[in-house]
Amino acid sequence: MKLGFFLRESLRAMRRNAAPSFAALATVLVTMLVLGVFIPAAEVTNNAANSVRSRLIVDVYMQNDATGADDARVKQELLATAHVRSVQFLSKQQAYAQQAKQDPQAYALLATNPLPDTFHVVPDNAADVLGVDAALTHGSGPGGMIDASIHNVSNKNHDTKKALELTSAVKWGGLAFSILLALASVLLIANTIRLSLYARRREVEVMKLVGATDWFIRWPFVIEGVVVGAAGAVLAIVLLGLAKLLLLDPLFSGWTLVGGVRTIEFPALVAVLLGAGAAVSALGSGLSLRRFLRV
Amino acid sequence: MASYGSDTRARRAEALAPSASLKRPSGRPRGGPSVIEFRGVSKRYESGDVGLEQATFSVDREEFVFLVGATGSGKSTVMRLLIKELEPTQGTIRVAGHDLSEIRRRRVPFYRRNVGMVFQDFKLLPSRTVYDNVAYALQVTGGTRKEIRQKVPDILRLTGLSTKLHNYPDQLSGGEQQRVSIARAFVNHPPLLLADEPTGNLDPETSIDIMRLLYRINRTGTTVLVATHDQAMVDKMRRRVLELSHGRVVRDEATGLYARDESTREFAQRMRAPGGRPPGV
Repeated sequence: MKLGFFLRESLRAMRRNAAPSFAALATVLVTMLVLGVFIPAAEVTNNAANSVRSRLIVDVYMQNDATGADDARVKQELLATAHVRSVQFLSKQQAYAQQAKQDPQAYALLATNPLPDTFHVVPDNAADVLGVDAALTHGSGPGGMIDASIHNVSNKNHDTKKALELTSAVKWGGLAFSILLALASVLLIANTIRLSLYARRREVEVMKLVGATDWFIRWPFVIEGVVVGAAGAVLAIVLLGLAKLLLLDPLFSGWTLVGGVRTIEFPALVAVLLGAGAAVSALGSGLSLRRFLRV
Repeated sequence: MASYGSDTRARRAEALAPSASLKRPSGRPRGGPSVIEFRGVSKRYESGDVGLEQATFSVDREEFVFLVGATGSGKSTVMRLLIKELEPTQGTIRVAGHDLSEIRRRRVPFYRRNVGMVFQDFKLLPSRTVYDNVAYALQVTGGTRKEIRQKVPDILRLTGLSTKLHNYPDQLSGGEQQRVSIARAFVNHPPLLLADEPTGNLDPETSIDIMRLLYRINRTGTTVLVATHDQAMVDKMRRRVLELSHGRVVRDEATGLYARDESTREFAQRMRAPGGRPPGV
């Protein structure tokens, strides 16, 4: 009886206050659309930043006269260094073959192979790449190398720093932007609801005067908020789904270039938007009521 | 309002039946605790205005009392204090023996269900029909659908609104709207009914109808307190008058035929008679 009564009350309120309800619904719709586009977009950017970071490695070049035994020793030393996840060996010949493939004309002119044996050292974490570099170049060997048979450690310090800064800026910027956007959505929805409640504050006042308890007044408003929020979110989801089907999917399937971008699964996105829409507007109407309930 | 005996309710129910409306024992069958008791009550608003200044008075059960005074004399303050919309700065207010300051905020809605309230501006819910406006007061108290279906048509018949059940408030005249508001205030049969300028927006003829309705409710055993500045009406009604001036009680008297118990028909005849003299007096 009670739940039924509250449901009927909120439906009646929506019918009788169609314009404010529609405004609230439109606000939720727009906010959810923006959020629905932004969440995957933020993810793509984040993934791109992560893939750049995963490519940050330290290259260790051996002396030209290094023997196989030297290579094996250095490999052990490298693996023993802190924050090193893996070490990949590239022999002179492999390096030559790789480079010759890229620039056959230039390498055709060379009589001998000028390339040294190379180790690609992958750090645990992209942020440790500079630390690994420092550890390798501040040893006891000649030129500060940790081993005499190491000729050089790639000096991409500048580029690496830039890449690290840029990617972390993208990550944090994305996070800050999503927080701002979420905050803006909450405020926007709460404000719209507050406006529609303001129009009905007299109604609330009268309800209080005939002895309605706060929650008796509040429930229909909260249910109304849930219904309006969910309806706005559903509409946004339908629009996003259409956009995905008609625009993105053909694009991805036709172009391998942008293919393989991994984003949040659509069902998960639907759940997030639906939950957020309903929860935010229910909370918004419940909280906005507080002011008018103080009679 | 546990202090109200169950006999009161029975009497009220009996009196509501049209045939029984004249059977109330005459005289002043008062006694027991006062329904309203103000003791040294002062109310100063934050703006510095004085709402009420050391007001002391009491109203007994089943009394019909007018609260008169110029605008700003404190009539509305008394009303708002009685429904606990305001808290007094000083003094104690008791309603049916309960100290209002002891009612916690959470319990206020339950207290208000025992006090019917009628306003100058009716305060109806604009998005509800006449029927639903009255039903809301019952829904608030957790009334069942069956109960609502019985009580609402009854009370609307009593107030003469049977033909307007499905109209919205903006489709009604002022007098009709005030009747709805009275029906809503009385549908729970509260022991106390407060009316703040109930005829302030109405023409004299309609005002008499409203007063007659209030009088009828009073005869069912409900204590009625009416704030008004309609001096002519007060003179004609000949009920107890409390006059306020600048927040002080300056007059408390039972005028003329106070003790005389008359039927609502006699009452209406007297009210419409020129000069306010009852026929045969």
